[in-house]
Amino acid sequence: MSNKTTVTAEPGKQELFIIREFDAPRELVFQAHTDAKLYEKWVGPDDLAMTVEKMDAVAGGSYRFLHERGGHVYAFHGVYHEVLAPERIIGTFEFDGLPETGHVIMGTTKFEDLGGGRSRLVHQSVFQSVADRDGMIASGMERGVVDGYNKLDNLLARLQEPNTASA
Amino acid sequence: MSSAQLDATFAALADPTRRAILGRLANGQASVAELAKPFKMSQPAISKHLKVLERAGLVSRGLDAQRRPRKLEAMPLKDATDWLEKYRQFWEQAYNRLDALLEEMKIKEKKQNKRRKK
Repeated sequence: MSNKTTVTAEPGKQELFIIREFDAPRELVFQAHTDAKLYEKWVGPDDLAMTVEKMDAVAGGSYRFLHERGGHVYAFHGVYHEVLAPERIIGTFEFDGLPETGHVIMGTTKFEDLGGGRSRLVHQSVFQSVADRDGMIASGMERGVVDGYNKLDNLLARLQEPNTASA
Repeated sequence: MSSAQLDATFAALADPTRRAILGRLANGQASVAELAKPFKMSQPAISKHLKVLERAGLVSRGLDAQRRPRKLEAMPLKDATDWLEKYRQFWEQAYNRLDALLEEMKIKEKKQNKRRKK
């Protein structure tokens, strides 16, 4: 059984929602969001190496993460506004790789207790403009396209190996 | 799909009346008069919305020259959903890893609780 991630982004709005349930109590899901060693283990896509450079998950604290793939480093940073265990994290988020600074996103992540050792995460990101939001989502699409090409490369390489294609 | 095309799709979808028109057309072709009825809007007002939808490639005109029925073009909508789907998969990958990590954390916690009881 697997829990499905839902993403909602209504056309023309400056916000998006990410919703996901977990077969674990919210205390643990919260911990996995605020403990640097744990956070490193799961955040980001499969093919990126993730490093937490700094993570001070308290109100007024800050964080900086580095994603690395193929020699390219993508950095993200922000400030924690509220860290209320085990129910809520509010903070800012900014991607350092944009041509100009100041495109800050405000994120609120809520951890809801569903009983029976289950919980639900509801994340809301509020962007400064619709264009900012759509750009962020589109960057995920480009990534998907790159992944697609990588898979195609692998497939093509396999097809070129003698005798394996027909075996 | 170009980002200009996506922009046009999303701009067209940003209006609730236009989304309702698409919802109606998903059930089958309809003339401008038929579309205007449930919305309590004038035909020119509906035509204006239809023009935006046509420009975005979401609606096209049927063959009947008299009724000039409009029909839904699903392809741009599919592209618009795919666009969100890639972003969704980005998070799905991470949360699937978090699932595995939470299982480890649960086992560790159980062991610690046992030790505490002893």
